[in-house]
Amino acid sequence: MTATLTPELKNRGREPSVPVAPAGVNVPAGASDVPALLIEGVTKRFTVGRKRKPVVAISNVSLRLERGDIHGILGANGSGKSTLIRLVSGLLTLDEGRVEVFGHDLVRDEMAVKRLINRVSVDAAFFKKLSPMENLLFAARLYGLDGATARRDAIRIMERLGIGSKRIGRPVEQMSRGMQQKVAIARALLTSPALLLLDEPTTGLDPRSKLEVQTFIEEVRDSHDATIVLTTHDLAEAERLCRRITILNDGRTVAEDTPDGLKRLVADRFGEPPTLHAVFMTYTGRSLDDDVEEDESGDDTD
Amino acid sequence: MAMLAHEMKASYAFIERNFFLTKRYWGWEIAFLVYSVAGALSVSLIGADVGSARLLLTLMVGAIFWNYLSVVFSWIAETIAVERWEGTLEYTMMAPIRRTTQLLGSVVYAMAYGLIHTAVILVELVLFFPQMDLSKANFGTALIFVVLGSFSFVGIGIMAAILPLLYVERGAQMTFVIQSVILLVSGVYYSVTILPGWMQVASRLSPATYVLDAVRRALIDGAGFGELVHDAWPLVVMGIVFIPAGVWLFGRAERYAKRTGKLKRVG
Repeated sequence: MTATLTPELKNRGREPSVPVAPAGVNVPAGASDVPALLIEGVTKRFTVGRKRKPVVAISNVSLRLERGDIHGILGANGSGKSTLIRLVSGLLTLDEGRVEVFGHDLVRDEMAVKRLINRVSVDAAFFKKLSPMENLLFAARLYGLDGATARRDAIRIMERLGIGSKRIGRPVEQMSRGMQQKVAIARALLTSPALLLLDEPTTGLDPRSKLEVQTFIEEVRDSHDATIVLTTHDLAEAERLCRRITILNDGRTVAEDTPDGLKRLVADRFGEPPTLHAVFMTYTGRSLDDDVEEDESGDDTD
Repeated sequence: MAMLAHEMKASYAFIERNFFLTKRYWGWEIAFLVYSVAGALSVSLIGADVGSARLLLTLMVGAIFWNYLSVVFSWIAETIAVERWEGTLEYTMMAPIRRTTQLLGSVVYAMAYGLIHTAVILVELVLFFPQMDLSKANFGTALIFVVLGSFSFVGIGIMAAILPLLYVERGAQMTFVIQSVILLVSGVYYSVTILPGWMQVASRLSPATYVLDAVRRALIDGAGFGELVHDAWPLVVMGIVFIPAGVWLFGRAERYAKRTGKLKRVG
């Protein structure tokens, strides 16, 4: 059974601070057996050069997220985190397996899935000469919002994220990296995604901005029933925000549990200290510091 | 009906965004306009120098209407290239809209922008050459051919827009080369009859050849539509073939880009 999930319905009985889902989106109502995101046996290969063998970026990955979850995906550079996010976003085709978002098959019902999701990537991609408001207005119209509603909601979301009214009309290129990332988050939230894909949203932010974004992610989850997939290099962030964590290594799932469950596992099975850093080291075979250094040097393969 | 309203709203998003971009890049817009006016004047002055009113009009029509067609072509062909440049391509591609909706928005803005841009050049040239005799001009026929030509140019523009989708690094340059080849073979400033044989074959495949020939004959000789049917039917056929072919090829290219991961990289 499906029902039309409007902002009014979803916000009933609570004070709305950000919109939730676009009007006319069919999200199964109250169906606890329909996962927010179902990834089953997904494989993706890329062929680089004509005579080379295909590189397996994602290999037989499965995942199930319930509504309201924040699910973390950890992995070294090149482990397939961003590829997995792109597959769910419909930006890459699946070689094998299937993806369902609130019961809608990504391949057969692509448009319905697209209406339910949005994504924030590590690089805040905008029309740099346009203002945050102009960029958000463009995004909102693509998702069917009218101009007046989009402007009102955009101002509310940006104010909540600490983007003052003076900055809303200035070109994005005049904003700091952290501020741009907040606008990127505002853009995603403006379209009221039922499933929000956050691909390293706090990478490169200063501690204050990072904290603000993390708090906002919690708020979105708690007050608006959004389901969130979060890839991150920040283990403290993963521990704070995620109910469950999947660790990817070379495109494969090597571990999945709650943060506490993963820590217990490495302590009990490998005699490691019960920290997420030890979990990361154990399952990816490398230090997170190495990973971050590689990331900063411009590697963009995952 | 709701679906149609959604798609129209989304189409408007591209029109509005392109308007915002034009507004924000106003300095470049003025520079481009000044360059276009100067270019059209420079070419037309060759006719004035020779002392031939007919050559002056021939060159002027070429300069003005090539400007319109090339502006329309550029805006559509750069639909993808601009998004690659800005890094927004993935966001637009994952939005719940049909590709035809996106292309429609780009086409409407391109034609409106092209008409305004060209009108400014036209006014400048008319003011610069007050002695120009347009008493015989058939403006109605000229307008019909500009509209007909726009549709076939839209089709070619959509096909050209595919290149930045397929070739991340060189796609935008390839569209520029296509535009240059069309300029060369379409008789913008000369008759296509002076071209080598193989180039004349290519000229028959360019909608600009028919548009410019028809507009010149309408404005200089006052020819009516009935006298220019030989220019009209190729444009109609090209419009009917090129636009659906362009949309179909665009869809194929998008699927290829999604299969190979080419949406990701920023050119």
